[in-house]
Amino acid sequence: MSDNNNVVIALAGNPNVGKSTIFNKLTGMKQHTGNWPGKTVANARGFFISHGKRYEIVDVPGAYSLSAHSTEEEIARDFICFGEADSVIVVCDATCLERNLNLVLQVLETTSKVVVCINLMDEAIKKRIEIDLKKLEDLLGVRVVATQASNGSGMKELAEAAADAASEPERACRIICPERIEQAVEKLASLMPEGSRARSKWIAMRLMIGDISLELSTQKNLPSFMQMAEEALLDAGISRSELEDEYVYSLIKRAEEISKSCVSTKGATDAIDRKIDRILTSKWLGLPIMLILLGIIFWITIVGANYPSQWLATMLSSLEEKLLALFAWLNAPDWLSGMIVGGAYRVLSWVVSVMLPPMAIFFPLFTILEDFGYLPRVAFNLDSCFKKCSACGKQALTMAMGFGCNAAGVIGCRIIDSPRERLIAIMTNNFVPCNGRFPTILAVITMFFSASYTFSAGSAAIMTLVITCGILLTLGVSKLLSMTILKGVPSSFTLELPPYRKPQVGEIIVRSIFDRTLFVLGRAVISAIPAGIIIWLMTNIHMGDSSLLQLSTGFLNPFAKLLGMDGVILISFILGFPANEIVIPIMIMAYISSGTLTDLSSLPQLKELLIANNWTWLTGICTMTFSLAHWPCSTTCITIYKETRSLRWTLLSIAAPTATGMLLCFLLKSGASLLGF
Amino acid sequence: MNEKSVALKSISIGDKVKVKRLLASGGIRRRLQDIGVIEGTEIECLHKSPSGDPIAYMIRGAVMALRSEESSQIIVEGCEDYVG
Repeated sequence: MSDNNNVVIALAGNPNVGKSTIFNKLTGMKQHTGNWPGKTVANARGFFISHGKRYEIVDVPGAYSLSAHSTEEEIARDFICFGEADSVIVVCDATCLERNLNLVLQVLETTSKVVVCINLMDEAIKKRIEIDLKKLEDLLGVRVVATQASNGSGMKELAEAAADAASEPERACRIICPERIEQAVEKLASLMPEGSRARSKWIAMRLMIGDISLELSTQKNLPSFMQMAEEALLDAGISRSELEDEYVYSLIKRAEEISKSCVSTKGATDAIDRKIDRILTSKWLGLPIMLILLGIIFWITIVGANYPSQWLATMLSSLEEKLLALFAWLNAPDWLSGMIVGGAYRVLSWVVSVMLPPMAIFFPLFTILEDFGYLPRVAFNLDSCFKKCSACGKQALTMAMGFGCNAAGVIGCRIIDSPRERLIAIMTNNFVPCNGRFPTILAVITMFFSASYTFSAGSAAIMTLVITCGILLTLGVSKLLSMTILKGVPSSFTLELPPYRKPQVGEIIVRSIFDRTLFVLGRAVISAIPAGIIIWLMTNIHMGDSSLLQLSTGFLNPFAKLLGMDGVILISFILGFPANEIVIPIMIMAYISSGTLTDLSSLPQLKELLIANNWTWLTGICTMTFSLAHWPCSTTCITIYKETRSLRWTLLSIAAPTATGMLLCFLLKSGASLLGF
Repeated sequence: MNEKSVALKSISIGDKVKVKRLLASGGIRRRLQDIGVIEGTEIECLHKSPSGDPIAYMIRGAVMALRSEESSQIIVEGCEDYVG
C-alpha cells in the first residue's frame, strides 16, 4: 500500500453508470462525460480533500467484470486488483442494480475496503424503483452511499466513506462456490506466499480459471503457480470450463438474491425509453432520422456561425490595421511587421474568425446528442453495415468520437475487444472530419455549392452528404482492410443501450466554451503563429526570380493538378499537419502573397480570391475530398503510434487515407476531364 | 410460444423467455455471462435494428444488443409467466 501522505482511491463500475460525472464532482475537474459505454478509456487522476486530508482518486474505465476482455477492461482490472488502491468506490446504476452487483461482488473478493455508490437515484425514483440501502449494506458488509451525481447530492458522504474505507483493516468476503471447488481453492491458496488470505484465495481461483492476462499481472513465479493450479484442478476432478461456469453462476445467483431482497419495482418502468427506441431504431425511420438529426446540427451550426464569424472578421481586420500602425510608430523594420502582422497575426485571425465559430457551436450540439444517449443507438443501427465489413459495430461510436477529435477517436478504439477490429477502427477513424476539418469543408461548401451565402439549409444538406461519403469511405476501407492485411471474421458483439437521460444542457454549453473553445484557440495559436511565419518567409525569401513559395508550389503544381487541386492547396495541407484548422488560413495567405487581393474579411471576398486563382467547383470538390481523406494531423499520428505501439501500423494509418484521398481526387479530376469540364 | 426450446435469435418482439442452455464457448461465453446470461436468466426481446440484426434484449434490467452470432448460441424456452 502507498504511504500515509498519498491515499489512493479507485473509482470503478460498469460502463456508463456516471463514473466520470462523479469523478468531476469529487475533484472539481472537467473530464468529458457522455451517455455511452466506454467514455473513459484511460485512468484519469484527480484529487479531493476530505476532513483536511488529500486523497488521490483514479477514474478507472468501465468494466462489466474483472475477467478482462478488452484493453480498457484490462486497464480497469489491473488497477483495481494490482494498482495499490487503498480503497475502491464501485459505482452502480440504481436503475439496473442487479447487473452492477456482479462487479461489486467480484471487487469485494479482492478487497473489503469498498464503498458501494448507488448513483442515478433520481432516475430510479422516476422509474419507481425502490432500493433498501440499509439491507444492501448488511448483505454486502460494506458502506453503501446513494448519490445523484448530476446535482452533486451524496458526494460529501461518498468522499468521507471512501476515506474511511481506506483506513479500515482488510476482511475476507468471498463468494462461496460449491464445496469441491472451495476445497481446491483452499488448497492452492495455502501454497501461496504471504499476503492477505482473502486475496490469495481470489488469486488461486483466477489462476485455476486460467485468466491469462492475470498471469502477466502477477508475474512472479508464474510457471510454477500455473502448474499447481492445473494440479489442483486435476485433483478435484473439475474441468476448467466447469469451474468457470460454477464461479460465474455463484456470482450471478448471489447478485440476484441480493437484488431480489433489496430492490422493489412498482409498475412498468421504461415504457417511454422503449417507445423512443422503437422510433430511433425503426426499420424505415432509423437511418433517415440519423441523417436528419445530423443535418439539423449542421444547419444550426452554419446559421449560428455566420454572425459571430462576420463580426470577428471585421473586428480582427480593423485590429490588424491598428497593429500595422503600431509597428510603424515603433519604427519596426518592414520584415518584422510583415512577419508578425502579415504572417502570424493574419493566419491566427483567420483561424479565429472562420474556423472557431462553427467549432464552438457544433461541439456542444453534438455533446447534447451524446448526453441524451443517442450514439449507442447509432452504433445499433449501423452495426450490420460494419459486420458486413467484418468490423465491429462499436466502430460507429469511435467514428462519432472522431467528429470531435480524431486523436480522441483513436484512443476510444480501446472499447473494441478484438485487436484486428480495433486496428481497422484506428486506421479508418480519419475518414470522419474532426472539428478542425469540418469548418474547412463547410467554407468550401458555402462558397461553391450553396445557392447563396444565406441558404443554410442547402449547405447543411450538402454537409450531411459529405459526412455520409466519409462514413461510406470508412466502411469501404474497413472492408478492404479486412479482405487484405487484416483478414478475419467479425468477433462477438454485445452493446448496451443505456437509458435515455436528460442532457445537462447548461453544463455542456459552459464546459464546451471554456474547455473546448479555449483549448482549440490555444492549439491554433501554437500552430498558426509558426505556420504564418513560415509562409511569410517562404513568400519573402527569393531564390533567383521567384520566391521559395512560388518554387515549392510550382514544384507541387503538376502533381496537384492531377488531383484537381493546385500547389498552394497541397502545400497548405502539408503545412496544416500540426492542426487542420490552419489549412484554409494558410491557403489564403499563400494566395494573397501572390498579390491579387489584400483586404479579406468574409467568405464572398474569399471566393473572389479563390476564383482569381483558378478555382472551379471541381477544385472545391477535390479539396473537400482531400480534406476528408488525407494524412491524420500530427497529434492523431502520435496517438496512433502510442495506441498501436507499432511504426508499421502508424505509417499504414497515414498511408491508407492519403492513398484513398489521392485516388479519389485523381478519379474525380480525370472523370471531369473526360466529360469535358 | 410453448415450452419447446429454441435459439434466442428466433423469438419474436415482446416474447419473454428463460435461458435453458448456453452453447457459446470461450470469449463469447464469458462475455454473455458477464452481462448476466446464465441458465435461468429471463430475457425479453425488445426491438430490432433497421436491418434486423442486431436485436435488443432486456437482460437483468439492462438493454443489450446482441448479434445473431451470439443470440443463436443461447437456447431458451418459454417463460412460465408469459402471457400471450
